[in-house]
Amino acid sequence: MLPNSQPPQFQIPRVVRNIFLFIRRYFTFLFFLLLQGFSIYLIVHYNTYHNAVFSSATGQLTGKINEQYNKVEDYFYLKKTNDSLVKANERLYNKLKQDFQLPDTVSKQVVDTIKIDSIAQYRKYTYLQAPVIQNSVSSQANFIVLGRGRAQQLKEGMGLVDINNGVVGVITEVSNDYAVAMSLMHKNSQLDGKLLKSGETGTVTWDGVTPNILSISRIPKSVKVAAGDTIISSGNSTSTLPKGMILGVVTEVTPDKSTNNYQIKFKTAADFYNLQYVYAIDDSQQEAIKQLLEKAKQKDKQQ
Amino acid sequence: MGSLIKYIIRFALFMLVQVFVLDRIHLNQMVTPYIYFLFILWLPFNMNRNLQLLVAFLFGFTLDSFRHNPGFHAAACVLIAYIRPYFVNILIPQEGADGNYDEPSVKSMGGMLPYFIYVGALTIIHHAWLFLLEAWQFGSVWYFLLKTLFATAISLLLIIITELLFVRKQRFRTNTA
Repeated sequence: MLPNSQPPQFQIPRVVRNIFLFIRRYFTFLFFLLLQGFSIYLIVHYNTYHNAVFSSATGQLTGKINEQYNKVEDYFYLKKTNDSLVKANERLYNKLKQDFQLPDTVSKQVVDTIKIDSIAQYRKYTYLQAPVIQNSVSSQANFIVLGRGRAQQLKEGMGLVDINNGVVGVITEVSNDYAVAMSLMHKNSQLDGKLLKSGETGTVTWDGVTPNILSISRIPKSVKVAAGDTIISSGNSTSTLPKGMILGVVTEVTPDKSTNNYQIKFKTAADFYNLQYVYAIDDSQQEAIKQLLEKAKQKDKQQ
Repeated sequence: MGSLIKYIIRFALFMLVQVFVLDRIHLNQMVTPYIYFLFILWLPFNMNRNLQLLVAFLFGFTLDSFRHNPGFHAAACVLIAYIRPYFVNILIPQEGADGNYDEPSVKSMGGMLPYFIYVGALTIIHHAWLFLLEAWQFGSVWYFLLKTLFATAISLLLIIITELLFVRKQRFRTNTA
């Protein structure tokens, strides 16, 4: 320190001066560390905290750009979209009431409705169509962006199916006009699946390596499973997916040596490489069920 | 002023090409074509280092916003932006070459070899850091190494094609002018 270089009344203590010198000397390195730290903070905390401001502001902006691109891209898939719509139409026509003869005194089970009494039927599930404006398959955390948002009745937690009722994913974030869904091919995705034949339920996850191939765990060795069996959604996950949406077809069954379970791999029913339209499924009873559950949990706590 | 507009256009073009062309090509889970970070490799020599870091962060963050996974590319971009000047210092042969030209290229770095060492090394560092962060929970070393290797190979191929297709005019800046 040079004593004569500055007036004595502004004498800064030596330690403080050294700190300032240190910061000035290594400012670039400290700035680098700060930015790296901030990035890693974003990576670590993004999955747990849904920062509403961040996701809706950037989501709205990138959604607009993606939408413009999608307007062009849609033309290239018109024929394929048409084909799948014709198929979906065929399936729906086959479900028309007039195609069935009802033998008397036989009760009929309808997936889409809940019976309160024997005559009146209430709608439980509503299909809401949404265009896919962005979809990735190549990373380990794949998301699907939909061109429909909160203003158009989409909510967080809604299940998504493709045109042929194959499960695609679950909506995790909603902005005003856009929604982001966690694809089945996301390393954190967890859904309840069920074997169509035997009714055993297990957890469906993705290993993060092979696209379009998922695995289902917790299926005991006592169950008969073979390649070609269908896996459907169980209807009791936290999302609004109804029971019976197709998850995929079993391709490989290997017994796990260390546990009493099978390791089952299956190919997804939905083709993630070519998604143009999906349906979000709204469950009108979800709120009521949630409230009941909350009540039950609170009672549990009090005891 | 002119160069600022040039870099803004470059920012947008690299981002659009990465998001709307390369990200839509699904070759294989292992092979992900990346070229966007060439923007950072092409930043001028004499740019303020803190500004470089900030621009790199914004650039990576923009790509992250398109992929709805904030943090990954921002971290990788900031890392190569920080390391870049050290490589330039080592690889530029004669004193003051970085003052004669605006930005790194085959010409300004004095030949093919130094330029491609510069590009190759930073590409590997970028990919390694990116995939390391992505593969944090998986822990499969071979998967990580192979992915880095394949992605680096295809990135270098893309960079060579870009260099051949888009010839950047490099003005020699003299003190007398």
